[in-house]
Parts: sequence; C-alpha cells; structure tokens
Amino acid sequence: MDAIFLQFLNGLDKGGAYALIALGLTLVFGTLGVVNFAHGALFMLGAFCAVTFNKFLSYELVVLDETKKTAWGTAVEIRTPYIEAWFGDFGTQILNYSVPISILVAIPVMLLIGVSMERGLIKHFYKRPHADQILVTFGLAIVIQEVIKHYFGANPIPQSAPDIVSGSANIGAWLGLSDNIVYPWWRLVYFGFSALIIGAVFAFLQFTTYGMVVRAGMRDSETVGMLGINIERRFTVVFGIAAVVAGLAGVMYTPILPPDFHMGMDFLVLSFVVVVVGGMGSLSGAVLAGFLLGILQSFASMNEITSIFPGIDQIIIYLVAVVILLTMPRGLMGREGVMEE
Amino acid sequence: MKQMLSREPFALLAFSLVILTMPIWLAPLGANYPDLLQKFTIYAIFAMGFNILFGLTGYLSFGHAAFLGIGSYAAVWSFKLFTMNVLPALFFGVAFSGLFALLIGFISLRRSGIYFSILTLAFAQMCYNLAYSVLTPITNGETGLQLTLQDPRIIDRALAEPGKGLPSTELFGLSMSGYSGFYFCAVVLIVCFFISRRIFYSPFGLTLRGIKSNQSRMNYTGFNTRPYTLTAFVISGMFAGLAGSLLAVTDPLAGAERMQWTASGEVVLMTILGGVGTLIGPMLGAWIIKYFENIFSAFNPETLQSFFSFLPEGLRTVAVDVSSLFVGEGWHLTLGVLFMLIVIFLPGGVMEGWRRITRRFGGGSGTKPASSPNAAVQPAE
Amino acid sequence: MSRLTMTRRGLLKAGAASGVALAAPMSFIRGAHAADFCNMPTGSSVTLGFNVPQTGAYADEGADELRAYKLAVKHLNGEGDGGMLNTFTSKALKGNGVLGKKVEYVTGDTQTKSDAARASAKRMIEKDGAIMITGGSSSGVAVAVQGLCQETGVIFMAGLTHSNDTTGKDKKRYGFRHFFNAYQSGLALGPILADQLGKERSAYHLTADYNWGWTQEESIKNTTEGLGWNTVNAVRTPLGAGDFSQYLTPVLNSGADVLILNHYGKDMVNSLTQAVQFGMRAKQVNGKDFEIVVPLFSRLMAQGAGENIKGILGTTNWNWSLQDAGSTAFVKSFGQEYGFPPSQAAQTCYVQTLLYADACERAGTFAPPQVIAALEGFEFDGMGNGKTLYRAADHQCMKDVLVVRGNENATSQFDLLEVVKIVPRDQVTYDPAIFGGDLGPADAKAC
Repeated sequence: MDAIFLQFLNGLDKGGAYALIALGLTLVFGTLGVVNFAHGALFMLGAFCAVTFNKFLSYELVVLDETKKTAWGTAVEIRTPYIEAWFGDFGTQILNYSVPISILVAIPVMLLIGVSMERGLIKHFYKRPHADQILVTFGLAIVIQEVIKHYFGANPIPQSAPDIVSGSANIGAWLGLSDNIVYPWWRLVYFGFSALIIGAVFAFLQFTTYGMVVRAGMRDSETVGMLGINIERRFTVVFGIAAVVAGLAGVMYTPILPPDFHMGMDFLVLSFVVVVVGGMGSLSGAVLAGFLLGILQSFASMNEITSIFPGIDQIIIYLVAVVILLTMPRGLMGREGVMEE
Repeated sequence: MKQMLSREPFALLAFSLVILTMPIWLAPLGANYPDLLQKFTIYAIFAMGFNILFGLTGYLSFGHAAFLGIGSYAAVWSFKLFTMNVLPALFFGVAFSGLFALLIGFISLRRSGIYFSILTLAFAQMCYNLAYSVLTPITNGETGLQLTLQDPRIIDRALAEPGKGLPSTELFGLSMSGYSGFYFCAVVLIVCFFISRRIFYSPFGLTLRGIKSNQSRMNYTGFNTRPYTLTAFVISGMFAGLAGSLLAVTDPLAGAERMQWTASGEVVLMTILGGVGTLIGPMLGAWIIKYFENIFSAFNPETLQSFFSFLPEGLRTVAVDVSSLFVGEGWHLTLGVLFMLIVIFLPGGVMEGWRRITRRFGGGSGTKPASSPNAAVQPAE
Repeated sequence: MSRLTMTRRGLLKAGAASGVALAAPMSFIRGAHAADFCNMPTGSSVTLGFNVPQTGAYADEGADELRAYKLAVKHLNGEGDGGMLNTFTSKALKGNGVLGKKVEYVTGDTQTKSDAARASAKRMIEKDGAIMITGGSSSGVAVAVQGLCQETGVIFMAGLTHSNDTTGKDKKRYGFRHFFNAYQSGLALGPILADQLGKERSAYHLTADYNWGWTQEESIKNTTEGLGWNTVNAVRTPLGAGDFSQYLTPVLNSGADVLILNHYGKDMVNSLTQAVQFGMRAKQVNGKDFEIVVPLFSRLMAQGAGENIKGILGTTNWNWSLQDAGSTAFVKSFGQEYGFPPSQAAQTCYVQTLLYADACERAGTFAPPQVIAALEGFEFDGMGNGKTLYRAADHQCMKDVLVVRGNENATSQFDLLEVVKIVPRDQVTYDPAIFGGDLGPADAKAC
C-alpha cells in the first residue's frame, strides 16, 4: 500500500515535469503550427540559466598561497566566493537559494531567447513544410547544445536545492498513514511549481482578452488577421511564453537532475510522445497525457510488475502511445485537422 | 546530355560509373578508404529506401532505423548459425526486416501525419530498448552481437575444417572486407538505384505521389490507398534491412544503438539534406553526413596547424582557434550549422542547389521547371 | 648477343612499366605491396590511433584521455620532463620515439557507440595507417573495437572499460586491458565493506540494465553474500533513465540498509543525487545507518554528483593523490601541462601507451606477434599501481585496487576522493578460467 502511494507520488512528480515540457511544445504547435525540435534545447537552456547564475554568484576570489604547493608545483589557490567575502552569512544564504532565485533571471532571459528565436528564425518557417521545420530546429538544437558544451563541458554540473527543502517530508504522518511514506521536499516543491505554471498558462489563455485572441488565432489565424488584429505579434509572445515555461521547467529540475548539455535531447522524444498522445494542439490533452504517462511509468517499474513482464518499464511509454493512438485516432484530446493533411 | 541522362540505360551507366570510380574521385577528399566507401554505399541504400516511403508518399517514418538493426541482427545470426557466405545473410536480413515492416506498417499506417511518425518512433524505441536490455540473449545487448569461435556455422563446418581464428565474411571465397566489400556494396547499390528508379517512374510510383499530394481526394474516388502505402512501407523497410545486412557483411557486428531514435533521425536528415523526393538527393545527403562524421571529427589542432601552415604566425593561431571549434569534438556543431543553412537557403536540399546552379548556368534548358517549386511547396509530412 | 641483351633489357623495362601500369589501380589498396603485418611503419615515424569519446555523455572523460595521450607522445618523443618514463622499471624506452621512429598520432570520435567507434578505428587503420588503437570509455566500445582489432591484426590497448567481459568472455589476443574490472572491484570492496559496515547487512542493488551493470551486480553480490550479507533485491534500471524516483522509493521500505548503485556516468550521478534527496544518507534502518555504495567511482563523476558523493564508498583504478613515485611524477607533468590533476581514465590511457611503446622496444620490432609476446606476462612497477603483471592468460593487468570514499573535507575542487585502502594485488587476483573465453591466434595479418 505504501509502495503504491509512493509510486503515485512519483508519477505525479514525473507527470508534472512531462506536462510542463509538453505544454510549451504544444502551445507552439497549436498556435504557430511549428514542430519545434529545439524545445528540448530551451529546457536545457533554462537549466543552464540556473547554472550560470550559480556560477556568477559563486564567482571566486582566488588568492594564491605561495607557502603551499600543489602536486604539480604551482601555488595552492584559496578560493572564496566573492559574495561570501563581501556579504558574509547573507551571501551564503543567497548562494543557498540560488536555484529559486535564478527563476527571476531565467524569465527575462528565456523570454528574450524565445522572442529572438521566433523573430530571427521560426517566423520564416510558418508556411514551410513540417520536414523543413524539423530539420532547421533540430540543427538549431545541435548548435545550442554544442555551444553549451563548449563553455560548460560535457560533465553534469550539480546544483543543490536550498537547505530548508533538501530533506524529506513525512507525508505518511500528515495523512495518518504509516511512517514509511517520506518524500523529498524539493520534489513536492517541483510538483507544486509545475501545477502553478500550468494553471497560470491556462488562466492566461482562458481569462485574458489577449489569451482569447491567441486561442482564436489557434483556430483560425486568417480570420483573426482579417479582423485587423496583429496576430503575428501575439504569436511571437506565445513563443516567448513557451520558451519561458520550458526554461522554468529546466531551472527547477536542476536539483533533481544535475544538468548537462545533452539533457534537452534526452527529453525531446519523450515530450513529443506526450504531446501526440495528448492530441495535437490540445493543451489540456498535453497535461493529461503528461500525468498519465508519468504515473504509468512509475507503476510499470514496480517489482511486482516487472517480474511478470520483464522490461516493461523500458517500453511502457511507447506501448501506451501505440495503444492510445490506435484506439483514439487523434490522441486523448486532439482536434480534427491538426497536422494531418 | 540531359535528354540522354533521362534515358534508363544511360542513367544507369552514368550512375554505375560514378559509384564504381569512387575510390578514385574521393581520393582528394581523403575519403577513399574501404570503410568509409562501404558506409557511403550502404547508407545511400538506406536513405534511398527511406525516400521511397517519405519522398513518394509523404509518410514520415521516425523509426526506420529499427529495420536497419533487424537486418543486421538477422545477417549476423546467419553468419553465426549457417555460413559466412553473404548471400544467405542478405536474404535473411531483407526477409526479416520485410516481415517486421509488414507488421509495423500494417499497424502504423492506420494513422497519418505526425501520429504515424510517433507510432513508428514508438515501435523503433521499443525494439531498441528491448534489444539493449531484456533481449540480450539474442542481441548481446550493449556489446553487440559478434562472431565467436564457438559459433555452430553448420553449413561451413560441414564443408570444411574451421580455421584457427574467426572466419571472415565471403562471397564464394572472395573476402568481403576492404575494397572487395566496397565493390560488392556498390553493385548492390546500383541494383537498388535501378529498382528505385523503376519505382519512381512506374504507375505504382505515380499513385504514391498522388497519395502524397492529396490522399483524401484519392480516397474519395473510391481508391483504397492503404495497400499502396503499405507496399511502399515494406519496400522501404526491406531497403533498410538490406543496408543493415550489408553493414553486417562488411563488418560482422550488430549493435542495438543502430536502432535508436537518433539513427532514425539521421536518415530523415540525410534525405531532407539531399533533397526529398529526388532520386539521388538522399544518397548525397547520406554522403555528406557520413563524411562529416568520419573525416571532420578526426581533425585536431595539430592537423589544423599543418593545414594552415601557409599563414603567418599570428593569423595561423587565430585560424586554428576559430576552425578548431568546428572540427574534432566540434563536428556536431558544424553539422547543426549545415542543417540550418541548407534548410534556410536551400529548402529542397542539395538537389535544389544543383538545379539552381544548372538553371543559372545551363542556359535555361528548363527541362524540369515544374519539379523544383513543387518540391519546395508541397507539405511533406 | 649484345643486341639480344639490349632487347632483353628493353623487354624487362617494358614489362616493368606495364606491371606498374597494371598495379596502379591496385596501389589504392593499402598494403598490396607485401607488408609483413598491418600498417608496418616504413618511414621515420610511427602512427598511433587514439579513439576517444569526443561527443556525447563521456566527452569530458574522452578529453582527459586525449590529454594523457598527447602527454605520453611528448614523453616518448623525449619532450617534456619524461613523466613516468623516469619511474617505470623497464628502461627500454629512451625518449627517442619508439625503435628510433618518431611517434605521431591520429584521433577519432567513438561517440560512445560501438558502430561509430569501429568506423573511427577502421579509418585510423585503413586511412591513417595506425599501428595501434587505444582509448574508449565504455565496455561496449572496448569489446567492439577489440574484436575489430583482432580481425585486422592491430593491437588494441583498452582505455577505461570495467566489464568482466573485456578480458573474460570476449577477450582477444590483440586486446590488452590495464584498467581493473568489476570482479576485482568486488574482491577489493568486500573486506572493506565488512570492516566498515559490518557483516549483518541487507543490500539492495540498482543496476544499469546492460552487460556491464549485470557483471558488476553479479560480482558485488557474490562478494557481499560471501560476507554474510543478505541481498534484498536487485532491480534493473533502463540506461539513461534520468529520473530514478520510481526505483528509489521501493528501497525505502524494503528493509535494506545498504543501497548499491551499479551505475556509471550520468546514470550514477543522477541516481546518487536522487537517492540522497530521498533522505537515504540520513536514514536509519534496522538500527544502523543507511549506506550507499558505488562500486565504480571516478573523479569526474564525483564532480558531477557534487556534495552527494561525500562519505560514499567505492573503488577506483587510480587517484592522483597517491604518493608513490610513478603517480607523483605523472601528476606533476600532467598538472604542469594542463593546470589540473589527471583522472583515472587519463592515467590508464597514459600507462597503456607507454606499455605498448615499451613492448615494441623490448621486442625490437613493431610486428604484433612479438609485441604481444613481450606484453604477455610482463611484470613492471613504477606506473602508479604498484607491482603490476600483464597476465598472459587473459591480458588483464593484475595490480593494486584502490578503495576510496567521497572526501568529507576536500581541500580543493579536485580533492574529491579519499583513499581508504590500497588493496594489494594478491587479494584481487583471480583465476582467469572462471570467465571462459578464448584469446584466439596471434598471427600477423597484412591489411
């Protein structure tokens, strides 16, 4: 029982991450009709916003201690982060909170990256075949990835969550269940955060006039254009938002998964599967599919299940995708006519 | 000249000539060693076969590498169980991949557009994940399926006493490694080119193009398109299987990563890079990517240093510093930039570039004016 | 008579000329001129092929391996301070190249994929004329390239590969491994685990679901069960799973008090980070502190896992903090060259290059059969791992193995591992017959 409850939590947590990545992807699909293979790279760039911010904060004052020598004969370096040298304990605190604080950095940076990507490249591909979009965004993803590798190396760079949430929460005790149900605080934070972002995106599209126009544009951009609305500019903003959502997902994921240059590619296929299972162009479908696949993946890896079907945890996501696409022609909540011509 | 080339015997002759003289004209590019030549021909077959599906019907399979892998495994098993002769290996490779293609195609072709792509991707990823882990007894997982001294090889052992070391693949005594392996692959490639050309200009090929340009219209006329797309899918899967078994013929090892989604993506990139729907475009795309993977990745600052040795000291350091970003460990970067440049400026791939050049300098012969705008505008998914 | 001679000479000339003309197309085929063995060096230099991962997850390890190779080439050619050449017990190498020929090298990218690694090795053999291939940072690649080298008759000096198969089931006459293996990790780790964690423990394995993971799981399980430990469960995880939460939560309630992570590289960094997040290091089970063990460690991975590595036990081939003469000489020249200490991958690659060069020098030829004979059963010291034997039966080096622990109070960003014990060679020597396999013939091949 405890095991099932814990796996359910795992599923929610995973699902939150999947949904968050798929959300931005499907937003771009639905509004702009662009297959963005660089979406994973945006997720990775978000994570590296956190890394860069942390690097910047922990920029070190290097003092050479001539009295001690390293094994290869140079003077030993004594490194203290400037921020600690200047602000003392307060500086240490800031360093401790670098991941959450870097959200503030990531929002403008990712918005800028997203907008300039759309203006500079993507907008020229609205009317081009999807195959061209795939190739150009894939090329862009490789370029971004290699640039990051050049500056940060290929090794993962650990980021730690603030001390206050680095431990585990005793959920079992809260709910009056057994004492064995403990779960890392940061994963709970991540789940809450993804729910918050998903909610915010939906609220933006549902309850603001701006969002209404975007939604109308998703259905029929030509008519909206004829009404005298500059739908292109709104699409730019939508792309920016998608980039921010992907970036924030990346920032918050860093304490769970030490980021490296390849993490975007690792998530790319998965996020496409989520989007398609959810149904092309459907935001709620993407969220639903994200959680569904997350939860199923967690349960499929339970020992009781893998002992019956060895290797099922390896393929569960794809198996589910096949079954859903064969029984529901347009995924869980896809609209007719999107990406099917 | 152009008129002549469009006639089959001449086209075939010209193509054969180009392929068979590869060891000579690739020499200045440093690509005339057997392994790369073999890879050039094999991946050309792979991309050509992929193009029969993607270029003609517009169905974008994102799991084609699965057939490549299945072909390789089948071929290596044929070497292990029966004989080192390559013909049975090719047969088993093509047959097994055809069988899998029939199965996967039958299911996946129930959907179209991106749903089809994801279905094929899902099947290929399942093959890869299982081959890497659970199916290790069949695939030998991470280390890849290799020949061993203990293999039964029943036919060979019945005919002759086995030698001391591992036997090598052969065609009735002719070893299939090195240049003879390349010529064997080259002949297979020429045959594949012939088949693929025939398909392109056959009524079947025209039907497939019809499906690509408007499937619903075809359906409205009471025409059942499924058997046609399925046939194209199976043929293209068999081409992939053939390529996979040739990989095993020239180098008897089959690894699971041949089936990973990145390998499937690679053939998509090759095809688009060269020119979707053109006869030889995908082959050119395959060559470009394989050239980068094998030659560009091998440059290091020292080779660059000697390459730029004609420059004065200061300039040389700058040139080496800048160019070393793009070669050696940075070859991926070059590939990414190349993809972007080609798609942005030459949407029809290398073949469109070629057409543009011939149109500009060829005195406006304009034999194929209709095909190039078509290729650029048509939705290709 | 003289006329006849003239004619005959003319005929000979004509014959030679036509022979050349006929042979011209054949000259594309390398080695058509009868060479005794593949890529026999004929000029004033000899080419080595360094096949390392330059792209993909192990690119940093590959970069470090390449640094070590370049350093080794320098030292062989008599440049720099000579590094381990000064401490190596065999004094055959003079710093004038190998057998008087200047050492040159070519590089290639394995991409950590068997296919790419073989393609790149073939390029070095067929195009660049490499006489020896070395490198790699995974067992899949090592086994694949080793097989290729056996077929083409080129010696392969394996880089970082830890699977038992490399010198076990898949051993080859032309392949040599200096790095230790999973079985030795088990042998070395066992007594230390008993010593530090006690004899009554319940272990839970998380294992990367492929060959290397399995062999390591098996080796460690055998040792720990031999100590009297109980194995609660051994769970396979997909390669590159990223998020391991669904495999970690069952550990919490399984009653196990030791978690053994048979992961390497990114998988290990992720699973360890996440295990610590699940509170496993702060946990108490059965009245004992919960412990995590990572049987194969490297400094680069420790860097990726950051704080989480502290206090975690594992084994490693070599660490730069060792104080013997060979290690200090190597760390000194590597550090002076690049500004930071070498990793274990760098050390094994450096040593392999020197060992190959030394074997050629001692054999007096580059011919592989004689070089192989010179390496088989070769006993040496002064290379940082104590007295070492290149065992003839399986081409596995027998040497000391380090048991290390993540450093609790690191003095620098490189000082991540603390050596708990240098397990002497006798304790990690095993019978080569247990893994089967067949080395195959040593015959030279023309290529």
